[in-house]
Amino acid sequence: MESRPSCTVDHIQNLQHLQHLQHLRSLAPIQALWPIGFVALGRFGHSTFIAGRPPRPSTARRVLQIMTKKKDTAEQAEFRRYATAWLAENAPGPPPHRIPEISIEVVEEELKDYLVDWQSQCYDAGMVGADYPSEYGGGGHDGFQAVANQEMGRARTPYMINVVGLNMAAPTILQHGTEEQKRRYIKPILSAEEIWCQGFSEPNAGSDLASLTASAVRDGDTWTINGHKVWTSLAHFAKWMIMMCRTDTQVKHAGITYFLVPIADTPGVTVRPLIKITGQSGFNEVLFDDVVVDDAARLDEVGKGWDVAMTTLLHERGAAESAGGGGNHRLEERVHALIALAKRTPRGAGTAWDDAAIRDRIVQLVIRAEGIKQNGRRARVEALCDDPMRLPLQMKVLISELMQDLSALGVEIAGAHSTLYVGDPNAPDEAEWPLSFMNSFGMTIAAGTSEVQRNILGERILGLAKSK
Amino acid sequence: MSSANRQPKDFGFGEEETMLRDSARRLLSDAAGVETLRRTVAPDHTAAYESETQPAPWDEALWRKMVGLGWTAVAATEDAGGAAMKMVAVAALAEEAGRAALPSPLIATLLATRVLGKAAGAGAIAAAERIVAGTATSLAITDKRGSWEPGDTSVAARATDYGYELDGSAYFVQDARKAGQFIVSARVKGDVGGGGISDGAGGLGLFRVDATQPGLEIIPDQIVDLTRDQAHLELGGVEVAADCVIAAPGEGEQVLAAATADMLTIVAADMCGAAEWQLQTTVEYARVRTQFDRPLGFFQAVKHPLVNMMIDIDRARSLVYNAACACDSEPEQAERYARMAKAAASDAAAFCSSRSVQLHGGIGFTWECDVHLWFKRQLHNQVYLGDAAYQRAKLADLIDRD
Repeated sequence: MESRPSCTVDHIQNLQHLQHLQHLRSLAPIQALWPIGFVALGRFGHSTFIAGRPPRPSTARRVLQIMTKKKDTAEQAEFRRYATAWLAENAPGPPPHRIPEISIEVVEEELKDYLVDWQSQCYDAGMVGADYPSEYGGGGHDGFQAVANQEMGRARTPYMINVVGLNMAAPTILQHGTEEQKRRYIKPILSAEEIWCQGFSEPNAGSDLASLTASAVRDGDTWTINGHKVWTSLAHFAKWMIMMCRTDTQVKHAGITYFLVPIADTPGVTVRPLIKITGQSGFNEVLFDDVVVDDAARLDEVGKGWDVAMTTLLHERGAAESAGGGGNHRLEERVHALIALAKRTPRGAGTAWDDAAIRDRIVQLVIRAEGIKQNGRRARVEALCDDPMRLPLQMKVLISELMQDLSALGVEIAGAHSTLYVGDPNAPDEAEWPLSFMNSFGMTIAAGTSEVQRNILGERILGLAKSK
Repeated sequence: MSSANRQPKDFGFGEEETMLRDSARRLLSDAAGVETLRRTVAPDHTAAYESETQPAPWDEALWRKMVGLGWTAVAATEDAGGAAMKMVAVAALAEEAGRAALPSPLIATLLATRVLGKAAGAGAIAAAERIVAGTATSLAITDKRGSWEPGDTSVAARATDYGYELDGSAYFVQDARKAGQFIVSARVKGDVGGGGISDGAGGLGLFRVDATQPGLEIIPDQIVDLTRDQAHLELGGVEVAADCVIAAPGEGEQVLAAATADMLTIVAADMCGAAEWQLQTTVEYARVRTQFDRPLGFFQAVKHPLVNMMIDIDRARSLVYNAACACDSEPEQAERYARMAKAAASDAAAFCSSRSVQLHGGIGFTWECDVHLWFKRQLHNQVYLGDAAYQRAKLADLIDRD
């Protein structure tokens, strides 16, 4: 869906960039990615407000126009036919393990290999990186990726494993990288040959991300990195990390520099799984102890890291949008699953669905799910939106909180059986309800907590005084 | 939930609809602003609540202006001389009326117009023609219990040589003292002739009754909302000629059922407009009012509920346009979407009302603070045509049929 934080608009510098945004949006049907970096989207609002940059509605409108471009060109139509046929022919066989809801939760090696193979096949078929310039390994087309994504969504094929690479690293490198960096990094991202992770958040830099302290100290042509990054999804498979380091302690935002850091088999780098509330691992912490990298690992200028990160976060946010758009499928599926659970769960003389109080609460969620879908639709109708950012900025909070409430109600409906957890043969839906309820807090915390989101909405849309 | 995707992506909300909405917003902000509203409906509390008969003040000159601009033609079919605009246009108009908390029979008339548009009886077109010409019209279709089921009425119809004779009472009739005609639902008792029903439970019909017709008495209710009036109608031997039959006995229930989505959508749109006024007014207060050396909006205990008001409004508003668009282009889904819209709008209205008073603090609790006018209008609309829980129960029944 079209959740675009206001300040991202300020950072959009060219049409090409906007088109990336469009790709991201259309990755939708297959991915839900918020916790990828666990980075506070709040930073967006933060930087905007600190810098005092007013939103530029005209640009916002351009974003809307581009994102809502609907009709296929002749080339797109032809590509769509090709994509549909290719997907029908090449859809992969059953996965070795159950595929988790979001790709960053993949932990099994065999499943990772399966998904890497799939992305690689898609890349070879022109279904990934379709709009990237061909000199960097892309297809060199215009507007093909959106089509590919729509068709992949429709075909319900597995998602792309290299989400951080595709949605954050590649667009950031394309915009800020040197020619050499673009040639080196983009193609292996598209083909899933090299998995990426993101190193922004730290134990003491969560919602206030710019207070990060991981340091990079220059010594001639090399930098020595020390620090501690957390919530780094996919770090256990990743070869590279996009990383923000402090290179100047005297200034806050302007003291940050952006690096592309090799983390696999690098001396001084330790990747440790972080165990979530569910007892499962899904992301990691990464420790840097005197890790030496070449100056070529630096992306853009020293002290420009915050601005570069805005590009990345735009795309993380874009990824979140994707979850919104495609989330509609998922939201609908979740709502149906909840109704199905209620209809088969005994309660009193009948089922939970026969209980008017339960039914009422389910229908409340049905209405919220439809509301999200219709918000997405209305956001594209300028005449029905006084402020073009008002609906998009709500999307993250709406979806994450609905998913949470859905799971919570599922737990309640499952009743005594909701106490049964993963591994218990009698757990309803393989313990999905308590599991997804606990996991849902990842969504309401990552990429800007619901509280930070409400601050942004109150300040940016309603013009209320900054809460700091 | 599932949509056949037959709706236009943009809700069918185009230039024409935008122009209507913008001109309505302009006219109402010029001619029916807050000051005017306060002067008109709430000059003082004694007049409002302690008169022997509660006053039903409204601006008739403004009504004539609205008629002149074609607002009563918007929802009417072309055979009645109407503009037959889309429901999304009607919703936009209702939204503006709600934003202004407009004391006017406009909403009641729009509902009646949509009912007439679903009816085949000879009287339907004639009644709609009057509406287009400026006759305010209201539905008299609710029984003493306040049931919103289309089949329930406490008026009986008896077939006569010239048509029908109506006896009984209709309750919760909106803006009855501003209306020139009513659409009365009545159940035929006894035989209605060929193929008719002979026992007590006869078919439901819809009948046009003039406000001045002999045998009709309009008895005003004393109500909370100051932006409308409400009454019950006593009908004692009211004669309805054959050409005033809007829906023949046996067809009325189906006509009302067919118009249910339209009616719910229009009322929900009114509530969204009103809720947006509540939000903007309270936001404005939170920006200028300082306590503890800070504007109220600085405090997250104030900021976050304001954001939640916005979220609730936007959900309801999106659902309203979806429902309106379904009325236009996906009628088999319209009831489902309209119930969603009304449920969401009722909840949004309740929350926005409560927060608009609470966040204004002490002043919000007083007569001099205008928020009470919208608060009371919302309170009325929250239950009108069924509250949120009622809509959700209906929706659950529809889901059961999936």
